[in-house]
Amino acid sequence: MNLSFFDQFMSPSLLGIPLILISLLFPTLLFPSPDNRWITNRISTLQLWFFQLITKQLMTPLNKKGHKWALILLSLMVLLLTINLLGLLPYTFTPTTQLSMNLALAFPLWLATLLTGLRNQPSIALGHLLPEGTPTPLIPALILIETTSLLIRPLALGVRLTANLTAGHLLIQLISTASTVLLPIMPAVSLLTTIILLLLTILEVAVAMIQAYVFVLLLSLYLQENI
Amino acid sequence: LPAAVFLKDTKLMDVKLGQLPSWLAMRDFTPGGIAGAFRRGYDRYYNKYINVKKGGLGGVSMVLAGYVVLSYIWSYSHI
Repeated sequence: MNLSFFDQFMSPSLLGIPLILISLLFPTLLFPSPDNRWITNRISTLQLWFFQLITKQLMTPLNKKGHKWALILLSLMVLLLTINLLGLLPYTFTPTTQLSMNLALAFPLWLATLLTGLRNQPSIALGHLLPEGTPTPLIPALILIETTSLLIRPLALGVRLTANLTAGHLLIQLISTASTVLLPIMPAVSLLTTIILLLLTILEVAVAMIQAYVFVLLLSLYLQENI
Repeated sequence: LPAAVFLKDTKLMDVKLGQLPSWLAMRDFTPGGIAGAFRRGYDRYYNKYINVKKGGLGGVSMVLAGYVVLSYIWSYSHI
């Protein structure tokens, strides 16, 4: 009984063909490329407005060299946002619940920021390992701590996304199971549980959007330090 | 022979039932052909429901509903 709750996170396959590829490519259908008109259709207008909003928000703190990262950060943000939100539809599969995928997204991008910093401005990048104004006896310990926190960043990025989404989906499944099971026994409690489920779903929508944003924001922050 | 040439250009709705196997055999099943078919289908849907002056929620909702149904079919054995 308990193990069946984790079935929703199994990578789906049909006759051995992994379907995760389709779940990953489906968001591309939802964002049509705008054609060269002044006034485009409503989806393209909304899309353009939204992308400009995010890009401005993400790219303002970065210097000119960092603006080269605009495309990849924007597309990453939109991909994560769409995948997370699509995962809230019934019966769909959310690829971001797979730790392998989130680590595969987080690790190379973080490593790219780190190597950019170490290559272009090595002393500044290494200087981030020691915050200003630390008392002298604490310096060795603090450098070790800062190095650990630096090296753990990709793991934290990946696991944060995975854990948040997996926990949300599991909670939804558990509470809805409880609500359904309680319906013949105690309808009043079942009603309360359903209200909790509604609130939880609203929370999950918010979490889906926030987590995507946090992922990309942290990457841009790591980039700011290093570029 | 002239009938076979014209058969290649007829649309599916105009093909007679007896001509169906030969019509199917004439279709382009190369990877480029299949990609072209997907592109044509996408363009048809896009231009009919989304690329209109006052497109509403229905255009996107139909795609999402189709995605939900497809996911249901794929995960049926797990339920």
